[in-house]
Amino acid sequence: MIILVKKRQKAEFGYRNNKVGYLCMAPFLILFFLFTILPVLISVVLSFTDYDMLSLPHFTGFQNYSYMFLEDDVFLIALKNTMLFAVIVGPVTYIMSFMMAWLICRLRKLRDFFSLAFYAPSICSGVAISTIWLYFFSPDAYGFINNFLMNLGLISTPIRWTLDTRYVFGVVMFISIWMGMGTSFLTFIAGFQGLSEELFEAAKIDGIRFAAQELVYITLPQMKPQLLFGAINSIVAAFGAFDICVSVAGLPSVDYAAHTLVCHLYDYAFIRFEMGYASAAAVVLFLITFVVGKIVRKVLASE
Amino acid sequence: MANVSGYSVRIRGKYLFTVKPSSCLLVFFLTLLAVFMALPIVYLTVTAFKPIDELYLFPPTFFTRRPSLSNFKSLLNSLNVSDVPFLRYAFNSFLVTVLNVLGAVIVCSLGAFGMVKQRPFGSSFLFSVIIAALMFPAAVTQIPNYLIVKSFGMLESYASLIVPKIAVAFNFFLMKQFMEQIPDTYLEAARLDGAGELKIYWKIIMPMMKPAWATLIVFSFISNWNDYLSPLLYITNSPELKTLPLAVQMIAGGTGAAAITTAGAVAAATFCMTVPVIAVYLIMQRNVLNTMAYSGIK
Repeated sequence: MIILVKKRQKAEFGYRNNKVGYLCMAPFLILFFLFTILPVLISVVLSFTDYDMLSLPHFTGFQNYSYMFLEDDVFLIALKNTMLFAVIVGPVTYIMSFMMAWLICRLRKLRDFFSLAFYAPSICSGVAISTIWLYFFSPDAYGFINNFLMNLGLISTPIRWTLDTRYVFGVVMFISIWMGMGTSFLTFIAGFQGLSEELFEAAKIDGIRFAAQELVYITLPQMKPQLLFGAINSIVAAFGAFDICVSVAGLPSVDYAAHTLVCHLYDYAFIRFEMGYASAAAVVLFLITFVVGKIVRKVLASE
Repeated sequence: MANVSGYSVRIRGKYLFTVKPSSCLLVFFLTLLAVFMALPIVYLTVTAFKPIDELYLFPPTFFTRRPSLSNFKSLLNSLNVSDVPFLRYAFNSFLVTVLNVLGAVIVCSLGAFGMVKQRPFGSSFLFSVIIAALMFPAAVTQIPNYLIVKSFGMLESYASLIVPKIAVAFNFFLMKQFMEQIPDTYLEAARLDGAGELKIYWKIIMPMMKPAWATLIVFSFISNWNDYLSPLLYITNSPELKTLPLAVQMIAGGTGAAAITTAGAVAAATFCMTVPVIAVYLIMQRNVLNTMAYSGIK
């Protein structure tokens, strides 16, 4: 009897064709395994070795990790910068893209125009557009911002934006925020379009009057899938900060002021070819991103 | 649904809520922000058309008085920067991006079709792995990827810029989410009519997935066109295989540099890099923004 019920459930569950299914998935799965799953595993293994691409790797235990946290001051700077970057740029771009999408969706005619205006920065190449921003943040009097501030009389000598340890990371974060309203912004816009109008009408009958009330009680709960997707995007982007740092501040930057974990990883892996040590940095980055991602998933799913 | 106290706000013709004329204020506020967001792109466009003497003006000017094409001409003749003509970089970027986009659309949609519509054993586990992979920063896999690409002998080749980047978790996720919106009844009807699975995929699924793969084209085009790390790592000794991001940086004179002398050429090169992405987005914008509306079959 139970078997019969199970069989029926299976039939109702739907069509199942293992052979065709696996065949269709094979190209994706093979490439995905080769270039995403296998690399993560290799990273973990390499992080316990002293692999330098010249000689065979030797197992060194936790030596890479202990050196990283106890003796490598530059790593600690990179870690601090990455955390600062993630804590500021991640949430700011996330909240900004949500607010912008929310505002834009209240427009009818100009919606496409504003979507393009806010989305355009993030479709530009980080490297290319950073060079343009450098003309704004140029450390001499030719820079627009210095020129503007000097005209206002706020400063008398040009601020050395990209050469001063106090400012350079701020400039990097500013450009990252400017560029950051990418995929999450589009996801949110799409999410706003998929909202059910009945709920809004019901809410109005129930006495919800202000747009802010609607946002908290009706919109946000419905947007959970998009919110989660956007959050994961923002986190991964924030922890992966690299190309804007390099383009704006150079590698290495002044006193490592704009050195992030990926910069550190790149430095060790592809300039010094200390693959083992760089892998350890990669694993640390991976763990941080993964744990933060998990926490955000928990928080967003429970609300 | 006319309302006396204000305008009814509709999104895609659907009544949503009512706002007071304060929406004018909203438009004003958004315009200010949009101007700020667009400023560097406007500056880039203006600078690309600036004649050289205006670049040297002090105080620096934002707009140009006499637009000229001299920067583009010097870009095309920029043999003094490298031995590779600028058009070759553009061609490389174009080739790599188009092949990547094509590969991603086919491989990911086919994979999603296999997972969602064939439901082979273990697909929910595989999907959870792919979801987890959404949280892998690309940099983490970069070192082993370099070793893998090297062991396949793909270094210094176009293949190194294409093959590793086709099966991206994000692309698969996008396709899978939209595939689930397509009712199975269409497939059942087609099966009754005797259509094979591949035919169903190509003739029924793909046309219905148009908004999804249009969105995928946009995302994949952007990320591949702008990809900086892969060519930086895989193409080190073959300047003729480098792509535009590296070319722009080379013209700018390396990292962290903002020399006036190259400003015009850099702006022109960046302009050439930015126009295609914006064009692709504009062409696909309707699809991208309406993806949810189309897929709202439920």
